[in-house]
Amino acid sequence: MKMQEAKNHITDIRAVDAATQQVWQYLEEVTDPEVPVLTVVDLGIIRGVITDGKSAEVTITPTYTGCPAMDMISTNIRMVLASHGYAPVTIKTILSPAWTTEWMTEAGKEKLKAYGIAPPNPKQSVCTPEYFHREEAVQCPHCNSFHTHMISEFGSTACKSLYRCDDCQEPFDYFKCH
Amino acid sequence: MISDKFLYTLFLADNALILGHRNSEWTGHGPNLEQDIAISNIALDLVGQARNLYQYAAEQYNNYRDELSGLITSPAFNQVQGPIDEDDLAYLRDVNEFRNNLLVEQPNGDWAKTILRQFLFSCYQQLLYERMKQSADLQLAAIAEKSLKEVLYHVRWSGEWVIRLGDGTEESKRRMQEAIASLWKFTGELFIAASFEKALASAPTAPAASTGAPGSPMETSLAGLVPAPESLKETWLEKVAGTFRLATLDMPANSWMQQGGKDCIHTEHLGFLLAEMQYLQRAYPGSEW
Ligand SMILES: [Zn+2]
Repeated sequence: MKMQEAKNHITDIRAVDAATQQVWQYLEEVTDPEVPVLTVVDLGIIRGVITDGKSAEVTITPTYTGCPAMDMISTNIRMVLASHGYAPVTIKTILSPAWTTEWMTEAGKEKLKAYGIAPPNPKQSVCTPEYFHREEAVQCPHCNSFHTHMISEFGSTACKSLYRCDDCQEPFDYFKCH
Repeated sequence: MISDKFLYTLFLADNALILGHRNSEWTGHGPNLEQDIAISNIALDLVGQARNLYQYAAEQYNNYRDELSGLITSPAFNQVQGPIDEDDLAYLRDVNEFRNNLLVEQPNGDWAKTILRQFLFSCYQQLLYERMKQSADLQLAAIAEKSLKEVLYHVRWSGEWVIRLGDGTEESKRRMQEAIASLWKFTGELFIAASFEKALASAPTAPAASTGAPGSPMETSLAGLVPAPESLKETWLEKVAGTFRLATLDMPANSWMQQGGKDCIHTEHLGFLLAEMQYLQRAYPGSEW
């Protein structure tokens, strides 16, 4: 599926009946355990909701293959929906189409920045094969300077790289394009 | 044959798991904090890949138990009641049932050897997954598509280190050259088809036929499901030679290659690795934390 089709698909599956919209609303209560300002909806990992108002089936897709937060996210979705009276709650995982940072909502990107993590650059600049190539400048979430440099491609979690700002000197995480 | 696809899925999973485990041995011991985190992240990616692949293998096993049950004979595995899962495949098979390449089981050695092992393998894995994501088997294709994005990072990170060390100091260059001398002989088998690969592989020139229908992967014709390993060799050699050139490292001459991994004949190192990795599940079956 092409990116735009995938995005339209998300819009389509959300623009449905009230019962389904209600579940989407409850899913906003589930946050990423590693980046607690982001909800699973902000992250763009919810790929579908099927509900009759009593039971619910939620389809999710992992951000990174080995992301250890995914199991916890599944459990938290289950718990939140159960607390609102849904039973049974089924979680399905799909791998394709593969998640990309393009699916993160604009609201999510703003929350990330306010939290001190540079949001992924809008242009999809997934790893080029060239050595020592660096992607376009990443903006410091603290002072908005573009004078920053990468310290490490791999940061505190699989989804982040480590940067430092050359103006305010603060180190910061960058939610890297994926 | 159903058994060919099962063995192939295990082979892919074993490669990812064993290299992931090797890399995880660096956690807390990396040359500096950033690189410790980098190699640990790569370990995590690989173990994640392994999990997806073992889950798929377990699904095949549970659906076609009559055809597949004879393929795993380890007593611990055969004691599992009911459907098996990915953990049973990772922790309860014996060393002579693992099908990973000899390259990935080699001990970490120094940083140069670890880097080179990652580089040689990631270049291969990139080429393999680029082809496999077009497979008529939709689950293999999905796993390849998902993993590929991460593998590209692995190739670049390890390739940059090969260049940094090769074109670095006298000491770092010597160590890279030693790593090449020690690991090169394990690269040959990456490109020699095992019997299960032969059965599944497409002809090198023909693109994989896309005849798969969702939900019925087993009914699909199995020819053309995976790339023939020989067909990846030339591109791999070009990439490696190009990187070695930038690193001012000597490309090894054609020489004798050791093989056997895909047919479960391993170097002595794998048994020790599994003893450590599997110990807890063998001593306390089903334990969780
Ligand atoms: Zn700054």
